[in-house]
Amino acid sequence: MAGRPLSPHLSIWKWGPHMLVSILHRATGDGMATVGFGILLWWLGSLASGPLAYADFLAIMGSPIGIIVLVLLSWAFFNHMSSGIRHFVLDLGAGYELDTNRRWSVATPIIGVALTILFWIAILLT
Amino acid sequence: MDRNTPLQNAGAKGTAIGNVRGLGAAHEGAGHWLQQRFTAIGNLMAVSFLLISFILLPDYSYLTVHAWLSDLLPAFALALLIVSTFWHARLGLSVLIEDYVDDAGNKFAAKALLNIAIIAGAGFGLFSIARIALAGTL
Repeated sequence: MAGRPLSPHLSIWKWGPHMLVSILHRATGDGMATVGFGILLWWLGSLASGPLAYADFLAIMGSPIGIIVLVLLSWAFFNHMSSGIRHFVLDLGAGYELDTNRRWSVATPIIGVALTILFWIAILLT
Repeated sequence: MDRNTPLQNAGAKGTAIGNVRGLGAAHEGAGHWLQQRFTAIGNLMAVSFLLISFILLPDYSYLTVHAWLSDLLPAFALALLIVSTFWHARLGLSVLIEDYVDDAGNKFAAKALLNIAIIAGAGFGLFSIARIALAGTL
């Protein structure tokens, strides 16, 4: 390890909403980059391969477990999107006041869940 | 170290900033940060296009989805989606590796693996889209 002061690890901090947002941002991003990309490439590859391969994809991703994975993936996207937009605001130098920062930290995961619900309602209705 | 370290106390590299520059886990600076933001904007547009398309598609049968993706605009948008999201993911996963893989050799190996996986994955995605698009309407 480096011979200089390092920031203490997660376990010693008192948890706040900003920490949850930060961890969720990384977790959802890495989830999409692994599971999400796997499913995206499987989807494109099966479409390019022909009806039989695509039928396999539909059968598995259309099963209850497949749908749960897709719902979680869509949540990962909307959560990552809302905390990512929060990052853009912070990049502008705005929103660092303690109250404001806490308020948006609480809001971003809620917005992520709300957009996920709206998306699936839209999928089911159309 | 004080915020205003006198030059004579700043050490071998001359200035106070010279002492700390490059000590972060990535050993580099702002280019990565900017690319992450640029690709984030691309991701927002491209994934929005994909999700709205999923909402608007009448069904998800092979014929419907294949016909949709063989059109110029969806094929183009999804090709951009592949480039932007894989680039963004490469940056994000690099940071993950830099944060959690301490050993220099393991870090190099993990990053080499990551780069191969990203290039291979993006290449496979783009090739699949090209095949769908160039097959035309069935």
